[in-house]
Amino acid sequence: MGCLSCAALARTSTEVTLRRRESSSIPIEAETISPDRFRGLSETQIARLPAYYGRRLVTLGDLFEIEGVHTDQIGVEGDVSHVKKIGYGMTRGSLTIRGDAGPHTGALMSGGELTIDGDAGDWLGAQMKGGVINVMGGAGNFVGGAYPGEARGMNRGLIVVRGNVGQEAGLRMRRGLIVVLGATGDFPGAHMIAGTLLALGRLGPRPGAGMKRGTIVALGEAPELLPAFRYSGTFEPVFLRFYIQHLIKEGLMLSQRQLAGPYLRYVGDFNELGKGEILVHV
Amino acid sequence: MRGILGGRVYDPANGIDGEVRDIWMRDGRIVPADEIDPQGAETFDATGLVVMPGGVDIHSHIVGAKVNVGRKLRPEDHRGSERERRGGYWSGSGYTVPTTHLTGYLYAEMGYTTVMEAATAPLVARHTHEEFADLPIVDKGAFITMGNNHFLMRAIKEGRREEARDYVAWLLRASKGYAIKIVNPGGVENWKWGGNVEELDDEVIGFEVTPRQILETLGWINDELGLPHVPHIHGINLGRGRSGRTTVESIRALNGRRAHLCHLQFLSYRAGKGAMHLSDAASVAEAVNTASNLTVDVGQLVFGPATTMTSDGPLQHNLHKTMGGRWVNDDVESETGGGIVPVTYEPTNPINSVMWLTGLELFLLIDDPWRVSLTTDHPNAGVFVHYPQVIKLLMDSAYRAEMFAGIHRRARKGALLPELEREYSLYDIAIVTRAGPARSLGLRNKGHLGPGADADATVYEEKADKEEMFARPRYVFKDGGLVVRDGELVAAPQGRTLHVAPAYDSAIEERIREHFREAYTVSFDNYSVSEEELGRNETVPCDA
Repeated sequence: MGCLSCAALARTSTEVTLRRRESSSIPIEAETISPDRFRGLSETQIARLPAYYGRRLVTLGDLFEIEGVHTDQIGVEGDVSHVKKIGYGMTRGSLTIRGDAGPHTGALMSGGELTIDGDAGDWLGAQMKGGVINVMGGAGNFVGGAYPGEARGMNRGLIVVRGNVGQEAGLRMRRGLIVVLGATGDFPGAHMIAGTLLALGRLGPRPGAGMKRGTIVALGEAPELLPAFRYSGTFEPVFLRFYIQHLIKEGLMLSQRQLAGPYLRYVGDFNELGKGEILVHV
Repeated sequence: MRGILGGRVYDPANGIDGEVRDIWMRDGRIVPADEIDPQGAETFDATGLVVMPGGVDIHSHIVGAKVNVGRKLRPEDHRGSERERRGGYWSGSGYTVPTTHLTGYLYAEMGYTTVMEAATAPLVARHTHEEFADLPIVDKGAFITMGNNHFLMRAIKEGRREEARDYVAWLLRASKGYAIKIVNPGGVENWKWGGNVEELDDEVIGFEVTPRQILETLGWINDELGLPHVPHIHGINLGRGRSGRTTVESIRALNGRRAHLCHLQFLSYRAGKGAMHLSDAASVAEAVNTASNLTVDVGQLVFGPATTMTSDGPLQHNLHKTMGGRWVNDDVESETGGGIVPVTYEPTNPINSVMWLTGLELFLLIDDPWRVSLTTDHPNAGVFVHYPQVIKLLMDSAYRAEMFAGIHRRARKGALLPELEREYSLYDIAIVTRAGPARSLGLRNKGHLGPGADADATVYEEKADKEEMFARPRYVFKDGGLVVRDGELVAAPQGRTLHVAPAYDSAIEERIREHFREAYTVSFDNYSVSEEELGRNETVPCDA
């Protein structure tokens, strides 16, 4: 894993670069933009991969100028804020979006590094099973969440969002770590099964609603807690020190002192299993 | 005019067992060769291929209110099972609960041309027929649930059998149904009070009738009306450890009266240690073997995702408590109830493993293939697209042994299945997937290839792997037209809705109108589904 904050600057000659030919509000579905699919393909072969432009089946070549070969490092340029599913299910390599990303980016990914210079849409890293997603801007709703009807959201991996995120970040999350430097929307960590949601900014209302287990850490303003959570002591969680060490190594500008406790520990949601915790920084 | 020439024909209803024959079709019917002028006919060379009548599914849940609630309950069921719109066909999605058009396409692509929707509450029959109108290719009909109907139970209690008979006739016409369906008689009504029935002589709360009386009366009514099918019965204690014993008692209670027992696998267990179930297929099969009045379908379990949906409300509540997941509970006014619970059957689960082998034991222990139909009670025990796998399990004992080795050890212990070496032949398969269900349904033009039959036929390429063989027919014909070539759709014409119109004394209508005024949220005049609402349809005659 490289330095996250430098990833955006890295632009090596070994990369395949896709440049969106035009700006358009027509939704595009392009799960073919993935290191797994590009591996070993020439420019012409990549240009032939399918994508949907609205309901029309087109090729990546119709939508993007493509440059570079034989690599699992991908750069995407131009306006792709209406392109869905970039890096969907990727298992390896690196993918850098030099601008805003559309919905479902990095959903179901299980490995590799995904970097977004701008903002990400809804369902960022939904149900991801591994790898790292690093967003320089903000993200939409359901970061690392579970799709409707599915039992589990994110299950391993790391998502870092430097800006704000929308509602229900970490919905039904099962494992892994989500770090939000900005504010979180309503119902952060709703129905969490396990895993950790680290909120450095303001934690949104009704955090951890329906959570069974897992940890929500609130470093910003004291959040408004649901009545189904109970105070259970004040302490200095050791695990947080290790998490912060890891994040600093990943390139995040954090300091141990900034996050040193103590923390008030609340447990809940007692409408469910009640083994979840919300740690509120004092 | 079309001909399927030189194929090996398996047409059990006409005693044809793999003999090389030419099949001719004209105006949607099978016609004898001597009536044909082969000049100008479109012919299909079937040399070396296997020809069978189109498949007939006697019990499947494909349309209507509860299937649609299942679709809405399971958005995850649609992801990954999408079909794109192409070549003038509709798009669709869904694995255990596919959308209507997709359901028709998938059945046809598997060589099936007739499918029966196994449970429609009369109050929501209009929904069933609206979805039938969007279900292409196959012919279809709906069974109407009556085992917990207030009007009927009151008539039974008060000893007014003729009134009950006329009501059933009226109800079948009003709902444009095909057959009488009975689900957990009395138990669904008692569930509305938090209870159930466990014995044939338990009382239905508020009606002072028993499951035995409901079965007996509806059996009598079915014969009186001369309906083409027999009462289609989902018995009491389904899914329970004592269900095998209850099934044997119910067979005795029928006392020689004709009936069809559906998804018998779910009703053939005995209790094991703790919460464990064991197969009671041996005693159930013995009872079926000696009761020539009965036909059954198996409801074979297929490992993988399923969506259980039934009018049996209390059963679904138990299942929900066991599984802990989503649950829909339904109350259909004074008619019936229902529930939906998604499940996944795993070979690593001991009870699922027992369910799997119980179904196969029934297939192998019931001697007369004419009285057993192949079903998975779609989507309750498995999805219908897996029928080819069930066929392979029946035809290939080595494959069966291999799968048996992979199920849970507690289910393997002491199981009868490994001792059963019987293998179904292609002729047997043609019976359990075509000729048998058509005969049980009383569909005289279905399930065979004799002159006058509906020109529904399937042509397979014989392969050592029977699952591969039956999953992808070379040709499928519906009403004499080619609909599938090499497993791919080439046309999607609209099939027929099959329904019955038994006669009744119209004096009953005033009493029913009265009942509507006191018990229904809809008015009598808005209740009946008219023939104009059906689109292409056919009234199947009654014998009375």
